Amino acid sequence: MSPTDSSAAAPAPALLTVRGLQKSFGSNQVLKSVDLTVARGQVLALIGPSGSGKTTVLRCLNGLEIADGGTIEIVGAEDATHAPVVIDFAPAHGKRAGVPKKALGTLRDRSAMVFQHYNLFPHKTVLENVMEGPVVVQRRPRAEVEAEALQLLDRVGLGDKRDSYPFELSGGQQQRVGIVRALALRPTLLLFDEPTSALDPELVGDVLRLIKELAGEGWTMVIVTHELEFAREVATEVAFVDGGTIVEHGDPKELLRNPQHERTRQFLHRLLFPF
Amino acid sequence: MSDTTWQLMLDSLWPMLSGAIMGTIPLALASFAIGLVLALVLALMRLSRRRWLSSIARVYISIVRGTPLLVQLFVIFYGLPPLGIVIDPWPSAILAFSINVGGYAAEVIRAAILSVPKGQWEAAYMIGMSHQRSLTRIILPQAARVSVPPLSNTFISLVKDTSLASLILVTELFRVAQEIAAFSREFMALYLEAALIYWVICLVLSSGQSVLEKRLDRYVAH
Repeated sequence: MSPTDSSAAAPAPALLTVRGLQKSFGSNQVLKSVDLTVARGQVLALIGPSGSGKTTVLRCLNGLEIADGGTIEIVGAEDATHAPVVIDFAPAHGKRAGVPKKALGTLRDRSAMVFQHYNLFPHKTVLENVMEGPVVVQRRPRAEVEAEALQLLDRVGLGDKRDSYPFELSGGQQQRVGIVRALALRPTLLLFDEPTSALDPELVGDVLRLIKELAGEGWTMVIVTHELEFAREVATEVAFVDGGTIVEHGDPKELLRNPQHERTRQFLHRLLFPF
Repeated sequence: MSDTTWQLMLDSLWPMLSGAIMGTIPLALASFAIGLVLALVLALMRLSRRRWLSSIARVYISIVRGTPLLVQLFVIFYGLPPLGIVIDPWPSAILAFSINVGGYAAEVIRAAILSVPKGQWEAAYMIGMSHQRSLTRIILPQAARVSVPPLSNTFISLVKDTSLASLILVTELFRVAQEIAAFSREFMALYLEAALIYWVICLVLSSGQSVLEKRLDRYVAH
Protein backbone atom coordinates (compact mmCIF):
# COMPACT_ATOMS: atom_id res chain seq x y z
CA MET A 1 0.00 0.00 0.00
CA SER A 2 2.76 2.46 0.76
CA PRO A 3 5.79 2.92 -1.47
CA THR A 4 8.12 1.47 1.17
CA ASP A 5 6.26 -1.86 1.15
CA SER A 6 7.53 -2.74 -2.27
CA SER A 7 11.18 -1.91 -1.63
CA ALA A 8 12.21 -5.56 -1.57
CA ALA A 9 10.86 -6.59 -4.98
CA ALA A 10 10.26 -4.61 -8.13
CA PRO A 11 7.24 -2.41 -7.43
CA ALA A 12 4.04 -3.91 -8.80
CA PRO A 13 2.14 -1.35 -10.85
CA ALA A 14 -0.71 0.20 -8.92
CA LEU A 15 -4.13 -0.67 -10.28
CA LEU A 16 -5.96 1.61 -7.91
CA THR A 17 -4.64 4.75 -6.28
CA VAL A 18 -6.77 6.78 -3.91
CA ARG A 19 -5.53 10.07 -2.54
CA GLY A 20 -7.09 12.32 0.06
CA LEU A 21 -10.58 10.93 -0.40
CA GLN A 22 -13.17 12.91 1.55
CA LYS A 23 -16.86 12.43 2.00
CA SER A 24 -19.42 14.11 4.23
CA PHE A 25 -23.09 13.41 4.75
CA GLY A 26 -24.44 16.75 5.83
CA SER A 27 -22.26 17.92 8.69
CA ASN A 28 -21.02 14.41 9.38
CA GLN A 29 -17.59 13.94 7.85
CA VAL A 30 -17.43 10.20 7.23
CA LEU A 31 -14.15 10.17 5.33
CA LYS A 32 -11.56 12.66 6.52
CA SER A 33 -8.74 11.78 4.18
CA VAL A 34 -8.21 8.30 2.84
CA ASP A 35 -5.15 7.25 0.87
CA LEU A 36 -4.66 3.78 -0.46
CA THR A 37 -2.99 1.91 -3.26
CA VAL A 38 -3.80 -1.54 -4.55
CA ALA A 39 -1.48 -3.26 -6.98
CA ARG A 40 -2.72 -5.63 -9.64
CA GLY A 41 -3.53 -9.03 -8.18
CA GLN A 42 -3.55 -7.79 -4.61
CA VAL A 43 -6.32 -8.26 -2.11
CA LEU A 44 -6.89 -5.41 0.32
CA ALA A 45 -9.08 -6.09 3.34
CA LEU A 46 -10.66 -3.10 5.08
CA ILE A 47 -11.48 -3.75 8.69
CA GLY A 48 -12.78 -1.44 11.37
CA PRO A 49 -15.69 -0.68 13.66
CA SER A 50 -19.11 0.05 12.19
CA GLY A 51 -19.43 3.68 11.27
CA SER A 52 -15.69 3.93 10.67
CA GLY A 53 -16.18 4.74 6.99
CA LYS A 54 -14.88 1.51 5.47
CA THR A 55 -18.05 0.81 3.53
CA THR A 56 -18.15 4.42 2.35
CA VAL A 57 -14.64 4.01 0.92
CA LEU A 58 -15.85 1.00 -1.03
CA ARG A 59 -18.97 2.77 -2.26
CA CYS A 60 -16.90 5.72 -3.44
CA LEU A 61 -14.77 3.31 -5.46
CA ASN A 62 -17.87 2.16 -7.35
CA GLY A 63 -19.33 5.63 -7.72
CA LEU A 64 -22.32 4.76 -5.54
CA GLU A 65 -21.24 7.66 -3.38
CA ILE A 66 -19.62 10.65 -4.98
CA ALA A 67 -16.70 11.82 -2.91
CA ASP A 68 -16.39 15.51 -1.97
CA GLY A 69 -12.65 15.67 -2.38
CA GLY A 70 -9.58 13.71 -3.35
CA THR A 71 -8.76 11.63 -6.40
CA ILE A 72 -9.30 8.07 -7.52
CA GLU A 73 -7.08 6.67 -10.23
CA ILE A 74 -7.97 3.35 -11.75
CA VAL A 75 -6.22 1.39 -14.48
CA GLY A 76 -8.12 -0.69 -17.00
CA ALA A 77 -7.43 -4.16 -18.32
CA GLU A 78 -3.93 -4.91 -19.50
CA ASP A 79 -4.24 -3.51 -22.97
CA ALA A 80 -3.60 -0.13 -24.46
CA THR A 81 -7.26 0.79 -24.86
CA HIS A 82 -7.68 0.92 -21.10
CA ALA A 83 -5.52 3.82 -20.07
CA PRO A 84 -5.57 4.90 -16.44
CA VAL A 85 -8.32 7.32 -15.57
CA VAL A 86 -8.01 9.86 -12.81
CA ILE A 87 -11.18 11.21 -11.27
CA ASP A 88 -10.76 14.41 -9.33
CA PHE A 89 -13.45 15.10 -6.76
CA ALA A 90 -12.05 18.46 -5.72
CA PRO A 91 -14.81 21.04 -5.43
CA ALA A 92 -14.38 23.74 -8.05
CA HIS A 93 -14.76 27.36 -6.97
CA GLY A 94 -16.17 26.42 -3.61
CA LYS A 95 -19.28 24.97 -5.20
CA ARG A 96 -20.01 21.30 -5.42
CA ALA A 97 -18.25 20.34 -8.61
CA GLY A 98 -20.04 18.25 -11.14
CA VAL A 99 -17.89 15.16 -11.47
CA PRO A 100 -17.80 14.35 -15.18
CA LYS A 101 -20.36 11.64 -15.91
CA LYS A 102 -17.97 9.94 -18.28
CA ALA A 103 -15.28 9.59 -15.62
CA LEU A 104 -17.81 8.25 -13.16
CA GLY A 105 -18.96 5.82 -15.83
CA THR A 106 -15.41 4.60 -16.31
CA LEU A 107 -15.10 4.06 -12.57
CA ARG A 108 -18.24 1.92 -12.63
CA ASP A 109 -17.16 0.07 -15.76
CA ARG A 110 -13.87 -0.93 -14.24
CA SER A 111 -15.09 -1.99 -10.84
CA ALA A 112 -17.86 -4.36 -9.84
CA MET A 113 -19.42 -4.67 -6.43
CA VAL A 114 -20.73 -7.61 -4.44
CA PHE A 115 -23.29 -6.34 -1.91
CA GLN A 116 -23.89 -7.36 1.66
CA HIS A 117 -27.55 -8.08 0.91
CA TYR A 118 -26.83 -9.51 -2.58
CA ASN A 119 -29.26 -7.08 -4.25
CA LEU A 120 -30.11 -9.52 -7.00
CA PHE A 121 -32.93 -8.45 -9.31
CA PRO A 122 -35.95 -10.38 -7.99
CA HIS A 123 -37.89 -10.20 -11.25
CA LYS A 124 -35.11 -11.78 -13.28
CA THR A 125 -33.83 -15.35 -13.34
CA VAL A 126 -30.34 -16.22 -12.18
CA LEU A 127 -29.07 -16.24 -15.75
CA GLU A 128 -30.82 -12.95 -16.58
CA ASN A 129 -29.30 -11.38 -13.47
CA VAL A 130 -25.85 -12.32 -14.67
CA MET A 131 -26.42 -11.34 -18.31
CA GLU A 132 -28.20 -8.03 -17.76
CA GLY A 133 -25.06 -5.90 -17.46
CA PRO A 134 -22.95 -7.48 -20.21
CA VAL A 135 -25.82 -7.63 -22.73
CA VAL A 136 -27.90 -4.54 -21.97
CA VAL A 137 -25.22 -2.14 -20.81
CA GLN A 138 -22.01 -3.39 -22.41
CA ARG A 139 -23.81 -4.54 -25.57
CA ARG A 140 -21.76 -7.69 -25.94
CA PRO A 141 -23.15 -10.47 -28.13
CA ARG A 142 -25.84 -12.39 -26.28
CA ALA A 143 -24.61 -15.86 -27.27
CA GLU A 144 -21.09 -15.15 -26.11
CA VAL A 145 -22.28 -13.65 -22.82
CA GLU A 146 -24.63 -16.56 -22.20
CA ALA A 147 -21.88 -19.12 -22.72
CA GLU A 148 -19.61 -17.23 -20.35
CA ALA A 149 -22.38 -16.77 -17.78
CA LEU A 150 -23.24 -20.47 -17.80
CA GLN A 151 -19.60 -21.37 -17.41
CA LEU A 152 -19.32 -19.07 -14.40
CA LEU A 153 -22.51 -20.42 -12.87
CA ASP A 154 -21.28 -23.99 -13.34
CA ARG A 155 -18.09 -23.03 -11.67
CA VAL A 156 -19.86 -21.87 -8.51
CA GLY A 157 -22.07 -24.95 -8.60
CA LEU A 158 -25.23 -23.16 -9.69
CA GLY A 159 -25.48 -24.23 -13.32
CA ASP A 160 -28.74 -26.03 -12.62
CA LYS A 161 -30.25 -22.89 -11.07
CA ARG A 162 -29.98 -20.81 -14.23
CA ASP A 163 -33.75 -20.47 -14.59
CA SER A 164 -34.53 -20.06 -10.90
CA TYR A 165 -35.60 -16.77 -9.40
CA PRO A 166 -33.55 -15.31 -6.55
CA PHE A 167 -36.24 -15.98 -3.92
CA GLU A 168 -35.91 -19.69 -4.68
CA LEU A 169 -32.26 -19.68 -3.62
CA SER A 170 -30.59 -19.76 -0.21
CA GLY A 171 -28.61 -16.75 0.95
CA GLY A 172 -25.32 -18.47 0.12
CA GLN A 173 -26.53 -19.30 -3.38
CA GLN A 174 -27.78 -15.76 -3.90
CA GLN A 175 -24.44 -14.36 -2.87
CA ARG A 176 -22.62 -16.67 -5.27
CA VAL A 177 -24.89 -15.41 -8.04
CA GLY A 178 -24.01 -11.89 -6.86
CA ILE A 179 -20.33 -12.73 -7.29
CA VAL A 180 -20.93 -14.25 -10.74
CA ARG A 181 -22.90 -11.15 -11.73
CA ALA A 182 -19.88 -9.03 -10.77
CA LEU A 183 -17.41 -11.31 -12.59
CA ALA A 184 -19.50 -11.33 -15.77
CA LEU A 185 -18.98 -7.57 -16.05
CA ARG A 186 -15.27 -8.28 -16.61
CA PRO A 187 -14.13 -5.63 -14.15
CA THR A 188 -10.51 -4.92 -13.32
CA LEU A 189 -11.37 -4.42 -9.65
CA LEU A 190 -13.73 -6.48 -7.53
CA LEU A 191 -15.32 -4.85 -4.50
CA PHE A 192 -16.91 -6.85 -1.69
CA ASP A 193 -19.04 -5.13 0.93
CA GLU A 194 -19.23 -7.47 3.93
CA PRO A 195 -20.14 -10.33 1.58
CA THR A 196 -20.93 -12.82 4.32
CA SER A 197 -22.47 -10.73 7.11
CA ALA A 198 -26.04 -11.37 5.98
CA LEU A 199 -25.51 -15.12 5.69
CA ASP A 200 -26.42 -17.88 8.10
CA PRO A 201 -23.21 -19.12 9.71
CA GLU A 202 -23.26 -22.49 7.95
CA LEU A 203 -23.41 -20.80 4.53
CA VAL A 204 -20.48 -18.45 5.09
CA GLY A 205 -17.82 -21.03 4.21
CA ASP A 206 -18.90 -21.59 0.60
CA VAL A 207 -18.82 -17.89 -0.19
CA LEU A 208 -15.47 -17.27 1.51
CA ARG A 209 -13.96 -20.26 -0.28
CA LEU A 210 -15.10 -18.85 -3.61
CA ILE A 211 -13.61 -15.44 -2.85
CA LYS A 212 -10.37 -17.12 -1.83
CA GLU A 213 -10.29 -19.02 -5.12
CA LEU A 214 -10.76 -15.78 -7.04
CA ALA A 215 -7.91 -14.22 -5.09
CA GLY A 216 -5.76 -17.19 -6.04
CA GLU A 217 -6.55 -16.58 -9.70
CA GLY A 218 -5.12 -13.10 -9.50
CA TRP A 219 -8.25 -10.96 -9.24
CA THR A 220 -7.62 -7.58 -7.67
CA MET A 221 -10.01 -7.01 -4.81
CA VAL A 222 -10.99 -4.68 -2.01
CA ILE A 223 -12.98 -6.45 0.69
CA VAL A 224 -14.77 -4.90 3.63
CA THR A 225 -15.04 -7.69 6.16
CA HIS A 226 -15.44 -8.64 9.78
CA GLU A 227 -13.97 -12.08 9.17
CA LEU A 228 -10.48 -11.58 10.59
CA GLU A 229 -9.42 -15.18 9.94
CA PHE A 230 -10.43 -14.78 6.35
CA ALA A 231 -8.58 -11.47 6.06
CA ARG A 232 -5.48 -13.05 7.54
CA GLU A 233 -5.54 -15.91 5.09
CA VAL A 234 -6.70 -14.27 1.86
CA ALA A 235 -5.69 -10.62 1.97
CA THR A 236 -2.27 -9.45 0.88
CA GLU A 237 -2.80 -6.32 2.92
CA VAL A 238 -5.08 -5.24 5.74
CA ALA A 239 -6.05 -1.68 6.49
CA PHE A 240 -7.68 -0.67 9.76
CA VAL A 241 -10.15 2.14 9.22
CA ASP A 242 -11.44 4.28 12.07
CA GLY A 243 -12.85 7.76 12.27
CA GLY A 244 -12.73 8.28 8.53
CA THR A 245 -9.03 7.61 8.07
CA ILE A 246 -6.79 4.62 7.64
CA VAL A 247 -5.19 4.29 11.05
CA GLU A 248 -2.68 1.67 10.00
CA HIS A 249 -2.15 -0.86 7.28
CA GLY A 250 0.23 -3.62 6.48
CA ASP A 251 0.80 -7.32 6.17
CA PRO A 252 -2.29 -9.14 7.51
CA LYS A 253 -0.50 -11.57 9.78
CA GLU A 254 1.72 -8.86 11.17
CA LEU A 255 -1.01 -6.28 11.69
CA LEU A 256 -3.49 -8.67 13.27
CA ARG A 257 -0.90 -10.14 15.62
CA ASN A 258 0.94 -7.01 16.47
CA PRO A 259 -1.09 -3.86 15.88
CA GLN A 260 0.83 -0.62 16.30
CA HIS A 261 -2.01 1.67 17.29
CA GLU A 262 -4.05 1.63 20.45
CA ARG A 263 -7.33 1.96 18.53
CA THR A 264 -6.47 -1.07 16.41
CA ARG A 265 -5.60 -3.04 19.51
CA GLN A 266 -8.91 -2.16 21.15
CA PHE A 267 -10.87 -3.06 18.04
CA LEU A 268 -9.16 -6.43 17.64
CA HIS A 269 -9.56 -7.13 21.31
CA ARG A 270 -13.30 -6.45 21.12
CA LEU A 271 -13.64 -8.79 18.15
CA LEU A 272 -11.68 -11.57 19.81
CA PHE A 273 -13.33 -11.23 23.21
CA PRO A 274 -16.84 -9.98 22.56
CA PHE A 275 -18.07 -10.67 26.11
CA MET B 1 -92.84 -7.64 -5.92
CA SER B 2 -95.48 -8.09 -8.56
CA ASP B 3 -95.11 -10.05 -11.74
CA THR B 4 -95.13 -6.88 -13.79
CA THR B 5 -92.16 -5.56 -11.80
CA TRP B 6 -90.23 -8.77 -12.45
CA GLN B 7 -91.16 -8.57 -16.11
CA LEU B 8 -89.96 -4.95 -16.25
CA MET B 9 -86.65 -5.91 -14.65
CA LEU B 10 -86.22 -8.76 -17.10
CA ASP B 11 -87.08 -6.51 -20.05
CA SER B 12 -84.65 -3.87 -18.79
CA LEU B 13 -81.78 -6.29 -18.37
CA TRP B 14 -80.58 -6.15 -21.95
CA PRO B 15 -80.83 -2.36 -22.34
CA MET B 16 -78.89 -1.95 -19.10
CA LEU B 17 -76.29 -4.53 -20.05
CA SER B 18 -75.80 -2.84 -23.39
CA GLY B 19 -75.46 0.43 -21.50
CA ALA B 20 -72.68 -1.23 -19.55
CA ILE B 21 -71.04 -2.75 -22.63
CA MET B 22 -71.35 0.35 -24.82
CA GLY B 23 -70.97 2.96 -22.11
CA THR B 24 -69.66 2.06 -18.67
CA ILE B 25 -66.94 -0.40 -19.66
CA PRO B 26 -65.34 1.46 -22.59
CA LEU B 27 -65.56 4.70 -20.61
CA ALA B 28 -63.75 3.11 -17.67
CA LEU B 29 -61.13 1.36 -19.82
CA ALA B 30 -60.27 4.40 -21.91
CA SER B 31 -60.11 6.72 -18.90
CA PHE B 32 -58.02 4.26 -16.93
CA ALA B 33 -55.52 3.74 -19.75
CA ILE B 34 -55.06 7.47 -20.34
CA GLY B 35 -55.08 8.14 -16.60
CA LEU B 36 -52.32 5.60 -15.97
CA VAL B 37 -50.00 7.17 -18.52
CA LEU B 38 -50.69 10.55 -16.96
CA ALA B 39 -50.12 9.09 -13.50
CA LEU B 40 -46.73 7.62 -14.44
CA VAL B 41 -45.60 10.99 -15.79
CA LEU B 42 -46.88 12.76 -12.67
CA ALA B 43 -45.27 10.21 -10.35
CA LEU B 44 -41.89 10.68 -12.05
CA MET B 45 -42.32 14.45 -11.88
CA ARG B 46 -43.09 14.17 -8.15
CA LEU B 47 -39.90 12.16 -7.66
CA SER B 48 -37.80 14.48 -9.80
CA ARG B 49 -35.00 16.39 -8.17
CA ARG B 50 -36.07 19.43 -10.19
CA ARG B 51 -38.14 21.46 -7.80
CA TRP B 52 -40.42 23.06 -10.36
CA LEU B 53 -41.38 19.72 -11.90
CA SER B 54 -42.27 18.17 -8.60
CA SER B 55 -44.16 21.32 -7.57
CA ILE B 56 -46.33 21.23 -10.68
CA ALA B 57 -47.17 17.59 -10.02
CA ARG B 58 -47.86 18.28 -6.37
CA VAL B 59 -50.30 21.09 -7.15
CA TYR B 60 -52.04 19.01 -9.81
CA ILE B 61 -52.49 16.07 -7.45
CA SER B 62 -53.68 18.34 -4.67
CA ILE B 63 -56.36 19.94 -6.86
CA VAL B 64 -57.58 16.64 -8.31
CA ARG B 65 -57.81 14.95 -4.94
CA GLY B 66 -59.19 18.01 -3.20
CA THR B 67 -62.17 18.65 -5.48
CA PRO B 68 -65.20 16.44 -6.19
CA LEU B 69 -65.13 14.43 -9.38
CA LEU B 70 -68.62 15.69 -10.21
CA VAL B 71 -67.37 19.27 -10.03
CA GLN B 72 -64.44 18.40 -12.31
CA LEU B 73 -66.85 16.83 -14.77
CA PHE B 74 -69.19 19.84 -14.73
CA VAL B 75 -66.34 22.33 -15.12
CA ILE B 76 -65.28 20.56 -18.29
CA PHE B 77 -68.73 19.97 -19.76
CA TYR B 78 -70.69 23.01 -18.59
CA GLY B 79 -67.94 25.42 -17.58
CA LEU B 80 -65.81 25.42 -20.73
CA PRO B 81 -68.43 26.14 -23.47
CA PRO B 82 -68.96 29.78 -22.37
CA LEU B 83 -65.21 30.18 -22.85
CA GLY B 84 -65.58 28.94 -26.40
CA ILE B 85 -64.41 25.39 -25.69
CA VAL B 86 -67.17 22.94 -26.45
CA ILE B 87 -66.45 19.28 -25.86
CA ASP B 88 -68.95 16.50 -26.57
CA PRO B 89 -70.28 14.41 -23.68
CA TRP B 90 -68.13 11.35 -24.34
CA PRO B 91 -64.78 13.12 -24.69
CA SER B 92 -65.70 15.33 -21.73
CA ALA B 93 -66.33 12.29 -19.59
CA ILE B 94 -63.11 10.55 -20.67
CA LEU B 95 -61.15 13.75 -20.09
CA ALA B 96 -62.54 14.29 -16.61
CA PHE B 97 -62.10 10.69 -15.52
CA SER B 98 -58.56 10.49 -16.94
CA ILE B 99 -57.54 13.66 -15.14
CA ASN B 100 -59.00 12.26 -11.95
CA VAL B 101 -57.40 8.81 -12.24
CA GLY B 102 -54.11 10.51 -13.12
CA GLY B 103 -54.11 12.35 -9.80
CA TYR B 104 -54.97 9.37 -7.65
CA ALA B 105 -52.85 6.77 -9.43
CA ALA B 106 -49.83 9.10 -9.44
CA GLU B 107 -49.58 8.78 -5.68
CA VAL B 108 -49.96 5.01 -5.89
CA ILE B 109 -47.19 4.72 -8.48
CA ARG B 110 -44.95 7.11 -6.60
CA ALA B 111 -45.31 5.04 -3.44
CA ALA B 112 -44.69 1.83 -5.37
CA ILE B 113 -41.47 3.21 -6.87
CA LEU B 114 -40.33 4.32 -3.43
CA SER B 115 -41.12 0.88 -2.01
CA VAL B 116 -38.47 -0.77 -4.18
CA PRO B 117 -35.39 -1.20 -1.96
CA LYS B 118 -32.55 1.27 -2.52
CA GLY B 119 -30.22 -1.67 -3.11
CA GLN B 120 -31.99 -2.34 -6.39
CA TRP B 121 -31.01 1.10 -7.69
CA GLU B 122 -27.48 0.51 -6.48
CA ALA B 123 -27.20 -2.88 -8.15
CA ALA B 124 -28.49 -1.34 -11.38
CA TYR B 125 -25.94 1.49 -11.19
CA MET B 126 -23.26 -1.03 -10.29
CA ILE B 127 -23.76 -2.98 -13.52
CA GLY B 128 -23.38 0.32 -15.34
CA MET B 129 -26.97 1.36 -15.99
CA SER B 130 -28.02 4.97 -16.33
CA HIS B 131 -30.74 6.38 -14.10
CA GLN B 132 -33.37 6.04 -16.80
CA ARG B 133 -32.46 2.49 -17.72
CA SER B 134 -32.38 1.47 -14.06
CA LEU B 135 -35.89 2.86 -13.76
CA THR B 136 -37.37 1.12 -16.78
CA ARG B 137 -35.61 -2.25 -16.53
CA ILE B 138 -35.15 -2.74 -12.80
CA ILE B 139 -37.37 -0.48 -10.72
CA LEU B 140 -40.65 -0.14 -12.63
CA PRO B 141 -41.21 -3.89 -13.13
CA GLN B 142 -40.94 -4.35 -9.39
CA ALA B 143 -43.06 -1.28 -8.66
CA ALA B 144 -45.71 -2.61 -11.06
CA ARG B 145 -46.32 -5.66 -8.91
CA VAL B 146 -46.59 -3.60 -5.75
CA SER B 147 -49.10 -1.26 -7.33
CA VAL B 148 -51.51 -3.90 -8.64
CA PRO B 149 -53.76 -4.02 -5.53
CA PRO B 150 -54.07 -0.25 -5.02
CA LEU B 151 -54.47 0.39 -8.76
CA SER B 152 -57.18 -2.27 -8.91
CA ASN B 153 -58.91 -0.30 -6.22
CA THR B 154 -58.63 2.84 -8.30
CA PHE B 155 -60.03 1.02 -11.32
CA ILE B 156 -62.97 -0.44 -9.42
CA SER B 157 -63.80 2.99 -8.02
CA LEU B 158 -63.60 4.38 -11.53
CA VAL B 159 -66.05 1.82 -12.91
CA LYS B 160 -68.63 2.98 -10.40
CA ASP B 161 -67.77 6.66 -10.80
CA THR B 162 -68.56 6.47 -14.51
CA SER B 163 -72.22 6.58 -13.42
CA LEU B 164 -71.64 10.32 -12.95
CA ALA B 165 -71.32 10.59 -16.72
CA SER B 166 -75.11 10.08 -16.85
CA LEU B 167 -75.33 13.68 -15.62
CA ILE B 168 -73.66 14.97 -18.78
CA LEU B 169 -75.86 12.96 -21.12
CA VAL B 170 -73.57 9.98 -21.71
CA THR B 171 -75.65 6.87 -22.26
CA GLU B 172 -74.19 4.36 -19.90
CA LEU B 173 -75.59 1.78 -17.50
CA PHE B 174 -76.97 4.15 -14.91
CA ARG B 175 -78.52 6.57 -17.40
CA VAL B 176 -80.42 3.68 -18.98
CA ALA B 177 -81.68 2.70 -15.53
CA GLN B 178 -82.74 6.28 -14.81
CA GLU B 179 -84.65 6.59 -18.08
CA ILE B 180 -86.57 3.36 -17.58
CA ALA B 181 -87.25 4.24 -13.95
CA ALA B 182 -88.53 7.69 -14.88
CA PHE B 183 -91.37 6.46 -17.04
CA SER B 184 -92.14 3.22 -15.18
CA ARG B 185 -91.86 4.72 -11.64
CA GLU B 186 -90.23 1.45 -10.50
CA PHE B 187 -87.23 3.18 -8.91
CA MET B 188 -86.29 0.57 -6.34
CA ALA B 189 -86.38 -2.36 -8.73
CA LEU B 190 -84.39 -0.71 -11.49
CA TYR B 191 -81.79 0.94 -9.30
CA LEU B 192 -81.22 -2.32 -7.46
CA GLU B 193 -80.85 -4.04 -10.80
CA ALA B 194 -78.28 -1.43 -11.85
CA ALA B 195 -76.46 -1.88 -8.55
CA LEU B 196 -76.38 -5.64 -9.11
CA ILE B 197 -74.83 -5.23 -12.55
CA TYR B 198 -72.13 -2.88 -11.17
CA TRP B 199 -71.43 -5.40 -8.46
CA VAL B 200 -71.04 -8.28 -10.95
CA ILE B 201 -68.63 -6.19 -13.06
CA CYS B 202 -66.57 -5.43 -9.97
CA LEU B 203 -66.54 -9.09 -8.93
CA VAL B 204 -65.11 -10.00 -12.31
CA LEU B 205 -62.49 -7.26 -11.93
CA SER B 206 -61.52 -8.47 -8.46
CA SER B 207 -60.88 -11.98 -9.70
CA GLY B 208 -58.87 -10.51 -12.56
CA GLN B 209 -56.81 -8.71 -9.92
CA SER B 210 -55.96 -11.97 -8.10
CA VAL B 211 -54.88 -13.60 -11.36
CA LEU B 212 -52.65 -10.65 -12.18
CA GLU B 213 -51.17 -10.62 -8.68
CA LYS B 214 -50.27 -14.29 -8.92
CA ARG B 215 -48.69 -13.87 -12.32
CA LEU B 216 -46.58 -10.94 -11.17
CA ASP B 217 -45.66 -12.52 -7.86
CA ARG B 218 -42.08 -13.22 -8.83
CA TYR B 219 -41.53 -9.49 -9.35
CA VAL B 220 -41.47 -8.92 -5.60
CA ALA B 221 -38.42 -9.34 -3.44
CA HIS B 222 -39.25 -12.14 -1.02
